[in-house]
Amino acid sequence: MRYTIYGAVALSVVVLGLAAAFPWLKLPLILALCYGLAALGIVVLLRAGQISFGHAMYACIAGYVVAYLSQRFPHLDGFALIGLGTLASLVAGMLIGAFVVRYREIFFGMLNLALSMVLFTLLGKFYAYTGGTDGLRVGRPTLLGVELARNGFETALLVLVLVCSLLVIWGVQRYFRSSAGEALMAMKSNEMRLEYLGISAKKLLWQGYVLSAGLCGLSGALFGLSQGLVTPEMGYWLRSGEFVFIAILGGSGHAVGAFVGALLYEFLKMYAAVLVSGAWQLLLGATLIVIIYFLPSGLTGLLRKRRAALGGEQ
Amino acid sequence: MSSLLQTRGLTLAFGGLVVANGIDFNLEEGERLAVIGQNGAGKTTFINICTGLIRPTAGQVSFAGTDITGRSPRHIVRQGMARSFQLPQLFLDHSVRQCLELAGMARQPRLPFWRPLRRSADGAAVDRVLELVSLAERQHEPVSNLPEGQRKLLDVAMSLMLQPRLLIMDEPTSGVSSEEKHGVMEILMRALDEQKVTAIFVEHDVDIVRRYATRVAAWISGGIAADGKPDAVLADPTVQRQVLGV
Amino acid sequence: MLALLDGVSYAGLLFLVALGLTFIFGVVRILNVAHGSLYACGGYAAATLGLWMGQGGDSLALSLGALLGGALLVGIVLGTVLMLLLRQFQDRDPILQLLVTFGAFMIFEDLQRMIWGTQPYFVSDVVNQMGTSELLGVVYMNYQLLFVPGAAVAVYLLLQWFLRRTLMGRQIVAVTHDREVATAMGINAKRVAYLTFVVGAMLGSLGGALASPTTSLVPGIGADMIVLSFAVVASAGLGQISGALIVALMIGLARSFCVYLMPEMEVVMPYVIMVLVLLMRPQGLFTVAQARRI
Repeated sequence: MRYTIYGAVALSVVVLGLAAAFPWLKLPLILALCYGLAALGIVVLLRAGQISFGHAMYACIAGYVVAYLSQRFPHLDGFALIGLGTLASLVAGMLIGAFVVRYREIFFGMLNLALSMVLFTLLGKFYAYTGGTDGLRVGRPTLLGVELARNGFETALLVLVLVCSLLVIWGVQRYFRSSAGEALMAMKSNEMRLEYLGISAKKLLWQGYVLSAGLCGLSGALFGLSQGLVTPEMGYWLRSGEFVFIAILGGSGHAVGAFVGALLYEFLKMYAAVLVSGAWQLLLGATLIVIIYFLPSGLTGLLRKRRAALGGEQ
Repeated sequence: MSSLLQTRGLTLAFGGLVVANGIDFNLEEGERLAVIGQNGAGKTTFINICTGLIRPTAGQVSFAGTDITGRSPRHIVRQGMARSFQLPQLFLDHSVRQCLELAGMARQPRLPFWRPLRRSADGAAVDRVLELVSLAERQHEPVSNLPEGQRKLLDVAMSLMLQPRLLIMDEPTSGVSSEEKHGVMEILMRALDEQKVTAIFVEHDVDIVRRYATRVAAWISGGIAADGKPDAVLADPTVQRQVLGV
Repeated sequence: MLALLDGVSYAGLLFLVALGLTFIFGVVRILNVAHGSLYACGGYAAATLGLWMGQGGDSLALSLGALLGGALLVGIVLGTVLMLLLRQFQDRDPILQLLVTFGAFMIFEDLQRMIWGTQPYFVSDVVNQMGTSELLGVVYMNYQLLFVPGAAVAVYLLLQWFLRRTLMGRQIVAVTHDREVATAMGINAKRVAYLTFVVGAMLGSLGGALASPTTSLVPGIGADMIVLSFAVVASAGLGQISGALIVALMIGLARSFCVYLMPEMEVVMPYVIMVLVLLMRPQGLFTVAQARRI
């Protein structure tokens, strides 16, 4: 619990501090936190020992729902939009999860990838409904009934995303430490043993899957709202890959890891853009390889090792 | 004493290979059955069928009067039959205590996802089992730290947390050094007595069998060749020749 | 029908790229995400060589030489780089190895952009040089109609011959089946792995090179191609070479029929097939071993 508090405080201080000092960083910070939310979704699955290469589809679904609703019902409040977008992803996750959780390892990863590509290609093709590859614009809604200009909206969104992130970190950490969460982690080391204790691994994985879909959905809804635009790219395999990258970078030791990883990722991108102008992918690719070499359990993996070395749980 | 585990005509065949040959078997509550036989005689197959890992080609298995043929391991465990493994199956990323806590929680219909594991778990029950298998000092250590003998004990301990009526142990002392063997068996038997658990254990060590079993069944080529009191079965000439290699 | 011929041509290209991917997986058990870069760079290299050598001239031999040269160059260079990189992660979790190839892909994407820029490349001399044929009243470019499918089949047969009849090839097959036993028999598994990487990489870049005269080369085609290749490879079964040929054909034909019957679904088709196959037979249509399914 200590780590959750330290992490939450540190995160808030860094984010708010940077935003106050450099107001132009607001949007990048919002986007970074959104990535963190999605990466946390991947982390949930990582704890069960599975990786999905298609979870961007849940961010995409939520984003498009938000965009569509904001155009159709311009009077809907931002909170409602976010809620409905996330709900759509949750439902999709429940349905898809029901049959996806029967698969493991590379097949699990590939099936999710395939489904996300079906969504991606469909979104790109049906111009009339989805705006095709141009995407859909997202209007600027009221937030809790308050109309805001661009600047104020951005600040409000930043606070909103930060609060969401903190709540999510707390909630997901509690889940990780709960019976269901620990059992989910036991799946990674010995699924058969769980079955021989009478616990359904499929049900556990489904729960984790739905949670991860919801997290990616929340991420996508907030993302769409901040960008003002949703495009099929939100569901492309490269996006899913970025989520996995950040999840690995942050590690699955603690929920705050995904956000630390996301901030690092975003800053690496910006740093690279400034220094090597247009070779940010190269830098990130190299970073990923280096991280995997030296720190395969990610940043928070160090935490787990330390805990194990000290002998036991707190 | 009622019949706890019963099989009728249990058969498993792959093409021409018959691994289980129409086995009729009955186990009463309270028995301590040792299963002996050469490798490949079909002992583990029999256990795998009874615990739901493999589906038989023919025949039935019933547990406490309920037909469990072809049911999943999960379902069978919930009926009250637990199993431990030749290679201990543990949760390597968790601590000793957590393994037992999880096993204890497994008896619940639903696993809570809000309350921490250590608070939901029946701490007293975990403490009792830890005492029974003498693992209390190491309870907070990661499982990976344990030597083989204690891993075996933990494996059985996890099954004990389920409060099963029948516990099947696959070679509980294999891989354990000879000095530790008897110690491990003493602890196990004491624990089983405490919890009033009927037990089947597969064993290769004749001394262990003689000392701890109330009944012995000898497996040869997919079928039971001899079944009865330990002294009788172990003295049987066929058993001596084909199983013990005397 | 017309759709048939279109489909076959497309299938040929798809097969070549997928072949490299499945071949590498079959031997070293790594799903190489960077395979997409091999495709893209192969295409770019072939285009550049074509521009440099052909200079808009009329020599078919030179054009073909450019294609092959580009493919070989990229295949050897990138293949070696990848292999050296992955050797550092030899005994790690396969998922981590996959992520390493993903990192490599990102690096190659930027390198590609730095070398060739973002303007589209389109070097189609060889297509014109091969002339046309008329079938059923429709004019076809010989390149797409005959050359590409022909090349695909030729490569397939060549590869099968190589794997069955040559010593090196048989060593590769041995390592594929059981690395430990093969090493125990004296086969240098490292050398075999290296060779496989280079061959697989060349196949990928060959696909790109052959595709370059008919597609506009822009940043991003690598990403599109890799996921499409995955669709073929996953549906056929990871490591199945002949299976990949059949599935590539299936997808090629399915796509071209779609273009005529249901144009919007054309791009979706391969992934729908992939989903259906993975749901019903996750180990792929042609694998014998069981997939991990609970």
